[in-house]
Amino acid sequence: MIKPDRKGIAAIPWYILLPVILAGTGVLVPLIYLLIRAFEADAEALTTIVFRQRTLTLFLNTVALTGGVLILTTILALPLAWLTTRSDIRWKKLFTLLGILPLAIPSYVMAYALLGMSGATGTFAELFGIILPRPSGYLGALLALTLYLTPYLFINLRAALLGIDPALEETAQSFGYKPRRVFVKTVLPQLRPALYSGGLLVALHVLGDFGAVSLMRFETFSYALFLQYTAAFDRIYAAWLAIFLILMTVSLLFVDARLLRGLRLSRSGRGTSKQTKIVALGKWKLPAYGFLSMLAFISLIAPIGTIIHWLVSTPAVIGFSDLFSALRGSLSVSVPSSVLAALLALPLAYLGVRYPSTISRALERVAYIGYAIPPLAFALSLIFFSLTAMPFLYQTMLLLIYAYTLHYLAEAMGPIRSALYQAPPQIEEAARSFGYHPFMAFFKATLPLLRKGIIASMAFVFLSAMKELPLTFLLSPIGFETLALNVWSYTIEAMFAEAAPFALGIVVVSGLFVTLLLKQERTHL
Amino acid sequence: MIRFILTILLFIPCTLDAQELIIYSGRSKSLVEPLIQEFEDKSDIRVRVRYGDTSQLAVALLEEGRRSPADLFWAQDGGALGVLSARNMFTTLPSSMIEKTPELFRSGDNTWVATSGRARVVAYNPNRVSKDELPESIYGLADPKWSGRVGWAPQNASFQTFISAMVELDGREKVKEWLTAIRNNGAKSYRSNVPIVQSLAAGEIDVGITNHYYLIRFKQSDEQFPVEQTFLQAGDPANFVNVAGAGILTTANNKNEAEKFIEFLLSERGQEFFANEVFEYPVTDPVTPNPALLPLSELLEIMPQVNIDRLDTLDETLRLLREVGLL
Repeated sequence: MIKPDRKGIAAIPWYILLPVILAGTGVLVPLIYLLIRAFEADAEALTTIVFRQRTLTLFLNTVALTGGVLILTTILALPLAWLTTRSDIRWKKLFTLLGILPLAIPSYVMAYALLGMSGATGTFAELFGIILPRPSGYLGALLALTLYLTPYLFINLRAALLGIDPALEETAQSFGYKPRRVFVKTVLPQLRPALYSGGLLVALHVLGDFGAVSLMRFETFSYALFLQYTAAFDRIYAAWLAIFLILMTVSLLFVDARLLRGLRLSRSGRGTSKQTKIVALGKWKLPAYGFLSMLAFISLIAPIGTIIHWLVSTPAVIGFSDLFSALRGSLSVSVPSSVLAALLALPLAYLGVRYPSTISRALERVAYIGYAIPPLAFALSLIFFSLTAMPFLYQTMLLLIYAYTLHYLAEAMGPIRSALYQAPPQIEEAARSFGYHPFMAFFKATLPLLRKGIIASMAFVFLSAMKELPLTFLLSPIGFETLALNVWSYTIEAMFAEAAPFALGIVVVSGLFVTLLLKQERTHL
Repeated sequence: MIRFILTILLFIPCTLDAQELIIYSGRSKSLVEPLIQEFEDKSDIRVRVRYGDTSQLAVALLEEGRRSPADLFWAQDGGALGVLSARNMFTTLPSSMIEKTPELFRSGDNTWVATSGRARVVAYNPNRVSKDELPESIYGLADPKWSGRVGWAPQNASFQTFISAMVELDGREKVKEWLTAIRNNGAKSYRSNVPIVQSLAAGEIDVGITNHYYLIRFKQSDEQFPVEQTFLQAGDPANFVNVAGAGILTTANNKNEAEKFIEFLLSERGQEFFANEVFEYPVTDPVTPNPALLPLSELLEIMPQVNIDRLDTLDETLRLLREVGLL
């Protein structure tokens, strides 16, 4: 083991610091905006709206939901990730895809689907004669969010499992440890960064979710905040609630930073990692298939089935040109922002992992603040600043892509950060000692090891970007169309048949994209 | 990859053309796009539309302030128009245009005008409630016999404007009492009207307070859809009619084009479109509505006499809803 680097901020090269500062400034803009708005409030209004009993209730609801979803997603994602990377089940690629794809279903579509399946007139009652109880309240929100968020943890854990040095397990086995003990002693600790960053993402999502909690009628903090914006036309109190939410995120980030302190998981051996070892499941094979199919059915097949049911129940005329222009719009913003977010996440994560200090950790965390700022507040702040400082940028693709990139930066951080923790710094140091410029040393030695992490990062951002609504609503060029905008526009008017082709478009394109990425992953191993 | 990104960035639309009418539409694209296209074809005016949620667009307009590129705001709800009007963001409309609509459907200072009417109704599941069992007045829903059977959407803009109207009609105390009673009765709060109608069909609730046109759309795709709806006794707050309407921004670059657009919406063709395609109430006289709707004259008779223009008291309504613990 080499000693952890203890370099000061001065030792950080400019090409790492520059993007970090860029991201930092980008995140600071909405924060300043929120503070400006927040301090327009008068004391009397504050006590009646912000500091009251209801805020506490909402806070407790939020904490209970976040905790519940974290536990449930871990229980589901851990076996899912292990089975699809380490066991001898067949169709691993298929199950991986099925595990990731629920991300392609917008959360409000998922909630509509869950509601549409259940009850006396639900699809289940119609097709199978089974009346499912209608999910609502805490349990409903827990169910919808768990199904929706498990993939986030799954992708993180999967990337980590694929990156673990098998030599560690072999060593443990050579000490005569039983497989279960090997898992607990060597594999589980290696998964910690992935668990933390995946868990962090899940928690941040729960904090910010509006779609699922509102349809399930469970009142969380972000729900109340959203209502302030949409019902009250009131930017001042909303700003206060947003700041409160950001404080909650910051405390989560603090916990995450404490957990990660001193973590160093790279391989101790030299050279690149060997092929991972596959475990034969034996009699556990059947239950494993049962678990995987069950999960895929509830989180993916049932909602997609509901969309198809919408499609065939009423013949609706949707022009292909509409579908195509919406698709082009979705891609023209999702693709560049997923690439940019991964590019920006790389130096941020590198800084936090390779130059560990309080300041660098704080800078790394900046990425998550962009995610914690409610998108509506984020969009309003960009309206405010772009019109004030750079009116020529207002309502351009450039501003929209910028907003997407900064907002989804946090989603790109996790996989890259986990991959960096597993990439041994020695190779890079060796490259430097051969006279390579540090940048080239990183490029030649470390970057290839980060491939899987970078791919996962881009997948995260792309899938989220395909579903994005509030930023697109307020910041896109006039007349700009995306698939998600169309889905929303039709579902709120109860025109489900018309919404279906666009919803299917999101699912199909996201599915193709993820398949492509998974293929990429294999051919370059 | 970098070349790819640069190529994409080059597709930034050029700066806004002064010849184009820019509309911020809180009315969703799925409803009004064909009508806008028709206007473009007939008038030779090019229209560009930013579609979005009415209240979010209103907040965005407030944030844009004097730099807004928008010429016209077309809102789904009278409340949002009132907020922008109160902050002097709308210019005065020609009275010839305004006078086409009944007095109850326009702003007193002529800053905005209704383009179609959206009635509040009581919807019910006929398998679980018969029409005779329904109370004569909305206040009857506070009766304990409706405990746990009522669905509403207190966070929904239409509902809030409806509460503003109730307060205007019956006073704050009476409405607060009613809200508290319904809440204590275990009424279920939904985010919007669509899930209310779905839950009625699913038997989760028996009675719902909602807008009139969602059910017509559900019935369009499924005639057997097990929900019915009705007005209550004439003049009852339950029969309140909200509007969708439009106003022209003081900062508009294309005021003439914007006026032409509103004229088109109020023309016979525009009104007929709302009645037969969107299932909303026309707001000018000669148009015969869809058989699923009442004629305008009958609607005016049964609706409570409250001027929508006076419903700019959203702040008050929100405070009331917060006091009752619904927001």
